[in-house]
Amino acid sequence: MLQSKSNPTLSKSTGLPRKRFYRARAHSNPLSDSHFPVPVSPSHVDYSLSYPLFFTSSDQADSSRKIKFADIGCGFGGLLISLSTLFPDTLMIGMELRDKVTEYVKERILALRISNHSQYQNISVVRTNSMKYIPNYFEKGQLSKMFFLFPDPHFKEKNHRRRVISMHLLDEYAYVLGIGGIIYTITDVEELGDWMKTCLESHPMFEALAEEELEADPVVKLLSSATEEGQKVARNGGQTFQAVYRRVVPSQ
Amino acid sequence: MEEDKHMEEGETEKGLEVAPAIIASHPTQNSVSVAVGSDLRVFDLRGDCPVNLVDDSGGPMHNDSIRAIRYGASGKRFVSAGDDKLVKIWSAETWHCIHTVNSEKRVTAVAISNDDLYVCFADKFGVVWGVDLHALDDNQTLVNMKPSPMLAHYCSIITSLEFSPDGRFIVSADRDFKIRVTVFPKKPLDGAHEIQSYCLGHTEFVSCVAFLCTLDYPHGLLLSGSGDSTVRLWDISSGSVLDTCEVGAKAGLLESNGSEEDSSTVTDLCVIPGSMFVAVAIQSLQGIMVLSCDISARTLCVAKVVSIPGENFIPTSLGCSSSAELLWIVTGVSNLRGFDYPSLARVRVISGFKKGNPDSSIVLEDNEIPGGEKLLEKLQGTISIEENVFSAAAEAVKTAMSNLLLKKQYPSERREFRKRTRNDRKIKK
Repeated sequence: MLQSKSNPTLSKSTGLPRKRFYRARAHSNPLSDSHFPVPVSPSHVDYSLSYPLFFTSSDQADSSRKIKFADIGCGFGGLLISLSTLFPDTLMIGMELRDKVTEYVKERILALRISNHSQYQNISVVRTNSMKYIPNYFEKGQLSKMFFLFPDPHFKEKNHRRRVISMHLLDEYAYVLGIGGIIYTITDVEELGDWMKTCLESHPMFEALAEEELEADPVVKLLSSATEEGQKVARNGGQTFQAVYRRVVPSQ
Repeated sequence: MEEDKHMEEGETEKGLEVAPAIIASHPTQNSVSVAVGSDLRVFDLRGDCPVNLVDDSGGPMHNDSIRAIRYGASGKRFVSAGDDKLVKIWSAETWHCIHTVNSEKRVTAVAISNDDLYVCFADKFGVVWGVDLHALDDNQTLVNMKPSPMLAHYCSIITSLEFSPDGRFIVSADRDFKIRVTVFPKKPLDGAHEIQSYCLGHTEFVSCVAFLCTLDYPHGLLLSGSGDSTVRLWDISSGSVLDTCEVGAKAGLLESNGSEEDSSTVTDLCVIPGSMFVAVAIQSLQGIMVLSCDISARTLCVAKVVSIPGENFIPTSLGCSSSAELLWIVTGVSNLRGFDYPSLARVRVISGFKKGNPDSSIVLEDNEIPGGEKLLEKLQGTISIEENVFSAAAEAVKTAMSNLLLKKQYPSERREFRKRTRNDRKIKK
């Protein structure tokens, strides 16, 4: 309570950050040169800053614990927060390009850690351009799940190369995903849904999950319900289009 | 406001864009080629005569700066490409242009697969394209020679493309400090999807890459030079750095003029074939630095600096044949303002690496170079060049390179200052 009094951006009742102080534009240009710090390589990522309870000092060399889930374009962090309690022992990270939104998620996680003792220690957020710097954060085969929920549709054809799912970027996602790792995508834009499905379908290193596997996966249900964007679509009675694919060894 | 100013500067400089002179040597030293601006100059060393290029591919000749030239490993083919978005494939025997490929964007790097069957080129937006040359051998009509996108670095300028000595991988280096090692697939035109590794460690743009391989070590080790003034040695199968050689510090010590410490960008690397030596061109060094690589210990150290006396000769590009008798060096620039030489090129040759001892290397005088004056006249365009042009050229090359590849740095205070009016910040303080 004392803390929230000194900081008006946090709600007095819940201790969570208040969204009105973190309004941001809906889109950000992924092509522009970025001026935020980027780790030189995955071994330069300082886990102690993101997960202080798991990594007490920066000597992480001996630790085999690595980030396993990445939410690309995590927005306000709804999915991360749902996943955190579902997989309490898995380290996960949200990557967001918009600085203000990242600040919001940071504050939100900190507040949740305070109000729910010993929970939410496994999630974190970083401001970065995932389209450029994925290999700087993750080693080959490190991840087991990647999420692309309600990405920017970039309707114009000349802007298609800004889309976060493309044949060329899938090569990078296939590199950081371990064999059997799963890529989750969902959108409320039918055209983008088709695009993402087509890319994944024609990529030799991904294969669609079977219907019963989708049923059995508890994460699939979160795609449309956990994120702020998903809730908005549901409120307006909109349709969603999802594509869930597994990283496989290419044939030949 | 500040941004606008930067934008304007960028715009005005575009008109003055200069390109460094580049050089390539035929693998068995049948010929040597220099490109400066849109001009491609070839001298036939076997026939001891300048070469007349013949274009019967129907495409236009180069009309803007050539950024990359390359002989294939077999010496049968030659490729040139650049800002005019043309990729021209030549026969390195008859010097006829066999085919001209149109790129959508400006081309920054080219490579020919070891079997001569594919030409790969990279554009300014980070896409690597493949062209299938099977049709050339069969004398078929060239229907199937449209380039296909193979892989991409997300919107980053690709500075260098290289096939591994065993042909299994294609290596691409970019402005965003990255080196990507991709499995070169059986059907490259369907895309090269399988990334073997990323070689990460450079802290500035990567300017050049080269493979060092020996009979005992046929897969080879990768070397890279960068704007961070280092040359690094890599194991490409894991992407791990084996050694880092701070060539900038060494060059700075040798130069000892102190003031220009920040300009030790490595501009080119050339492995002396069949030896453990690598010639390195550095932006502040008049001459070349020779590094020695110990393959079993996996280390890299400075063996020697060969300085080129007299002229203010700072190399822009290096070339070497696999017979390794001579290291060809060029300095020069296109569109140099305020001088009589709209395109300057000066060729020097260092000889004596063959014995495996860099101490025996010497800089040849102009009359000792094979081809002599005839060669210099062809490749340089003129025999004698006033000395004051060189420093202006070196300066122009440096500016062009940093404009193209260096990212603007904003100090953290400045970035914080720009966020001062943000709601979430305003209230917290």
